[in-house]
Amino acid sequence: MSALADTPTWSDVSLRAFLHGLPGVDQVGAQARAAMLASRSIKTTAKQWALDAAISMIDLTTLEGQDTPGKVRALCAKAKRPDPADPTAPMVAAVCVYPDLAQVAAAELDGSGVHVASVATAFPSGRASLDVKLADVKYAVAAGADEVDMVIDRGAFLSGRYQEVFDEIVAVKQACDRAHLKVILETGELVTLDNVRRASWLAMLAGADFIKTSTGKVTPAATLPVTLVMLEAVRDFREDHGRQVGVKAAGGIRTAKDALRYLVLVNETAGEDWLDPRWFRLGASSLLNDLLMQRTKLATGRYSGPDYFTLD
Amino acid sequence: MAKFEYAPAPESRAVVSLRESYGLFIGGEFAPGVDGRAFKTISPATEEVLAEVTEAGPADVDRAVTAARKAYEHTWALMPGTERAKYLFRIARIVQERARELAVLESLNNGKPIRESRDVDIPLVAAHFFYYAGWADKLEYAGYGQAPRPLGVAGQVIPWNFPLLMLAWKIAPALACGNTVVLKPAETTPLTALAFAEICQQADLPPGVVNIITGAGETGRALVTHPGIDKVAFTGSTEVGKEIARACAPTRKKLTLELGGKAANIVFEDAPIDQAVEGIVNGIFFNQGHVCCAGSRLLVQESVYSEVMAALRRRLGTLRLGDPLDKNTDVGAINSAAQLAKIRELSQVGEAEGAERWSPPCDLPVKGFWFPPTVFTGVSQAHRIAREEIFGPVLSVLTFRTPAEAVEKANNTPYGLSAGIWTDKGSLILWMASRLRAGVVWANTFNKFDPTSPFGGYKESGYGREGGRHGLEAYLDV
Repeated sequence: MSALADTPTWSDVSLRAFLHGLPGVDQVGAQARAAMLASRSIKTTAKQWALDAAISMIDLTTLEGQDTPGKVRALCAKAKRPDPADPTAPMVAAVCVYPDLAQVAAAELDGSGVHVASVATAFPSGRASLDVKLADVKYAVAAGADEVDMVIDRGAFLSGRYQEVFDEIVAVKQACDRAHLKVILETGELVTLDNVRRASWLAMLAGADFIKTSTGKVTPAATLPVTLVMLEAVRDFREDHGRQVGVKAAGGIRTAKDALRYLVLVNETAGEDWLDPRWFRLGASSLLNDLLMQRTKLATGRYSGPDYFTLD
Repeated sequence: MAKFEYAPAPESRAVVSLRESYGLFIGGEFAPGVDGRAFKTISPATEEVLAEVTEAGPADVDRAVTAARKAYEHTWALMPGTERAKYLFRIARIVQERARELAVLESLNNGKPIRESRDVDIPLVAAHFFYYAGWADKLEYAGYGQAPRPLGVAGQVIPWNFPLLMLAWKIAPALACGNTVVLKPAETTPLTALAFAEICQQADLPPGVVNIITGAGETGRALVTHPGIDKVAFTGSTEVGKEIARACAPTRKKLTLELGGKAANIVFEDAPIDQAVEGIVNGIFFNQGHVCCAGSRLLVQESVYSEVMAALRRRLGTLRLGDPLDKNTDVGAINSAAQLAKIRELSQVGEAEGAERWSPPCDLPVKGFWFPPTVFTGVSQAHRIAREEIFGPVLSVLTFRTPAEAVEKANNTPYGLSAGIWTDKGSLILWMASRLRAGVVWANTFNKFDPTSPFGGYKESGYGREGGRHGLEAYLDV
């Protein structure tokens, strides 16, 4: 796998040769493996650890046309202190917003340790000129985003223009300056697991700090088999290149049970090095309250209603 | 300590109510044996005694065969297929209703992980009864003539590796075709068969249609040599299979044998490597390798050898060995002390013959029968571990260079039960499959079972097919 990957310059031909030379993914087998890992039973102390770990890995997200500074401020308050009744509940990893609200989030989260993530590059479709996309990124970073979630050009990827996708990621990475770059593959539009593996490698070769499943605007969003393939990719990439890349599963993860399944997947695929907010994230909004509810249930032995957890 | 240490998640034993001792199930009722002999059955994971079971002697076998004959002549063979189907459907539904209990009981008595008994064994048991229930009133469409006749009384002897599933493979087609049965479960795993006897009562199955007699080799011998038996079906070792074949040769008994295997799992350079590794693991460590069709010989194309082996070793590091009732256990206990001794012996032979032995770091429980997942590399066709069936979690790894060499090595065995092919190239799958002498050839999967699919061997792996339409032939007078 590594020989070509080390060549400094790429072309459509060499990228194609490399990406199509990666081992294929058997969809039935990948689904079966994901389903088997989803049947792991996480109880008592393991559950306690996993619920807190999951909370600390959340990118608490609002990406709506109706977002306002007020909404973002409320979300930031929740991010810093998810459970007002229980100060031992950990903070989330980041708050994720559109670029024009990054400044609001940055001001609210300043000094808290919670990161400011902003989507960019004409999110979610990515259908804009490169100049516009780069301007979008620079604007978000200048506003205080220290993490940028870009989308790849799925049209270019699907028509085999790998070099174009690659160059765009390189350019965005440059525009990010010191901000962390998460590259959204939008796997729901790539459809096959072979494409997911190729897009993962393409993004990593181009310098992605994280690879992310979905925008959350396309169905299906994150699934276990897709995340499995991406975790295999980051594991193999580190083995070949010595650089660790993170994974973010985003969209459709709503329950604590789902979140725990993702942690098991991480644990038994990429390994425990990735069980850390620096290397694994869950992009979600409603998930947090279910995690908090399960956390309280585990601590008190009782379920409280949804009204006992803040809606922000 | 690991960051994310899974806490114990044991399945409750409370769903199972064991009796202190079990009689023989003859003519619809549990009855003590004539000569009063009994033996203890244990949990191989802890060596705890679970119950005492009757050892059937020749007189008991005779009683069981007589009960089966009576039921055959007066009830079952006369009953329309639509009616027989109702009983089989009822049994299938009761198995589903009691699935959790049966899964726990199977794991207790056999040592296999609850995940497997819960997700594989018991669902397949129900599926087999559902499937053959569907055939019971459609036998004229099976391709064996207008009104194919049953054979009579079937004597069935089954192994300990999939106790209830092997029972289902034997009993469901036999009953669907109108035969009655006397079945002997393996001596180390009688409990789910005895639970099945209760299910027959619960389903109001006419007395004598199913008879379950427990015991060891002697009991089995008495059963298959009994003159009142019309059909013998055996799943187990090739050695015993040959003995049964000799005993049945001078009789009119129809015989099917499903025996040992030494399957090749063949990984080509263009294989989906991650899934192939799962297939290798599933091929040899599923059910502790106590699988006649286990992929015990891994054939890897030399160009991807180091990549596959590195991935396999890494994957084996995540296997969880321990309490069979823990829902997160991947590898359970070896079924008996005798089997453990055999696995140990052959593994020592492997080392002595110069193969390199490797196991992931893994703590074995102190009590019970345990063997770590083991991989031998540097194995050649001449090694005993490449030729003899180990029937344990021991993988022998060989390499090949071309598809033709893979076929040659895969077929170079006295067995021929199954094989696996891993490649992204469809044409290569077909080319290989047409040349492999094995009853089942899996492509990009392994150890996949389905009641609609016939299963059986070439060469010393036996003859006759079980499952699917083909499985009917063994129980019809054709």
